[in-house]
Amino acid sequence: MTETKQIVIPGDEIERTNEKVRNGAYKCGQDKYCSEYFGIVQRNEQFIDIVPFSGPYFPRKDDKIIGKILEIGPSMWTVDINSPYHSLLHMNDTPWRTSAGDIKRYLAIGDYIYGKIMSINELRESWVTLKDAGLRKLEGGHIISIPAPKVPRIIGKGGSMVNMIKDATGTRIVVGQNGLIWLDGIPKNIMIAIDAIKMVENEAHTVGLTDRMEAYLESKKGEIDGNSK
Amino acid sequence: MGTASDIKLIDENNIRLDGRGPDELRPIKIETNVLNRADGSSFIEWGGNKIMVAVYGPREAYPKHNQDINKAIVKARYNMAAFSVDERKRPGPDRRSVEISKVVSEALEAAIMVELFPRAQIDVFIEVLQADAGTRIAGLTAASVAVASAGIPMRDMVVGCTAGKVGNKIVLDLSKEEDNFGQADLPMGILPKSDRIVLMQMDGDLSVEEFEQATSMIMKATKRIAQIQREALTKKYEIQQKEQGE
Repeated sequence: MTETKQIVIPGDEIERTNEKVRNGAYKCGQDKYCSEYFGIVQRNEQFIDIVPFSGPYFPRKDDKIIGKILEIGPSMWTVDINSPYHSLLHMNDTPWRTSAGDIKRYLAIGDYIYGKIMSINELRESWVTLKDAGLRKLEGGHIISIPAPKVPRIIGKGGSMVNMIKDATGTRIVVGQNGLIWLDGIPKNIMIAIDAIKMVENEAHTVGLTDRMEAYLESKKGEIDGNSK
Repeated sequence: MGTASDIKLIDENNIRLDGRGPDELRPIKIETNVLNRADGSSFIEWGGNKIMVAVYGPREAYPKHNQDINKAIVKARYNMAAFSVDERKRPGPDRRSVEISKVVSEALEAAIMVELFPRAQIDVFIEVLQADAGTRIAGLTAASVAVASAGIPMRDMVVGCTAGKVGNKIVLDLSKEEDNFGQADLPMGILPKSDRIVLMQMDGDLSVEEFEQATSMIMKATKRIAQIQREALTKKYEIQQKEQGE
């Protein structure tokens, strides 16, 4: 997908020839589409999407997300997934052998989990599961938050951007589709990785970012502590 | 509206007290992302008005019995700081603040795609730090920018402007003296793309012709104000792009 830099605000008409307008625009007249967001127009031969600069996360089925435990009930936890709506995690969807009323032992309020959206209904009520490869409670580490629309840029094509940052800083990084990111490693390296991620967040709408990131990480090489994983 | 006064608000050459012509706006400046903790924020200076807006949401509506299962509730809260006017305003909501909060909420709700967020609430806090007539319209104009910068989907921006009658002439964008001693005040909020009216109130008396003259003056002026809103949102990104030497 080639990225153009056309910036639109809500109500702006989207120029198009034959492409299908996909996300972020609505029909505002005979064969006319208008932007819903303040964001960038992303075009390829078939589709046009409007990607907002920031905004809430909309949970979708099978998205892998990082959530924070907000409340504990007798058989389920309420999870904050950085969305307008909370999600629920039932004790049967965890890998542990839990008994109702005693689930506090496994996840307490304030704990972070890496889970998957299992289902979502029209009222935007969603359920999370931990029963899948790689899903778990996140112990230790550091959590930062970026706007959910920027996540694809942080990950990069096939993971290229986030892997570049991981390899250069020697940190473990888990990126949730909902904009929460977990980092683990030596504190100094974590700070460098966070700076790199913030740089992507601020320049997500520009071209040439991958090259600038390579140069930036190269310049920070001297500061990176080599005794990391 | 105040009582008639000996002040000549507009002279024979159609020059107003502050030197403006009948269809001239006061200077307007808007900035975005002024508050880190809010989801969206803006600060507007319009004439002597200084107003800060913070937007939070969408988030689940509490208390639960307020939730609407079909759409989000837009809750605007207009508040004047105690120091915002000449004589200290007692803190807390009064009837005027409640009224303005209501009309601004309804104006924003017409633009925001609330049906995409059932059971949610969008909070818009409008704090008037310095008041100089036209605060509800300046607050609404800034609120629209803050909501857009929060990434909340909208059909269109919301732009506001006032017009009124002073010295038997229709003028645009009333100043404080014109609002207090003039003959009519007409604040209006519109969606600029479709020219649909989402806020309209009136104080005083206008004939049908005067009303039409005032509304058409406002419609023209909102195009200029919409451009100021656009520049406030996009300027941060355009500068960055220039620096990258695209």
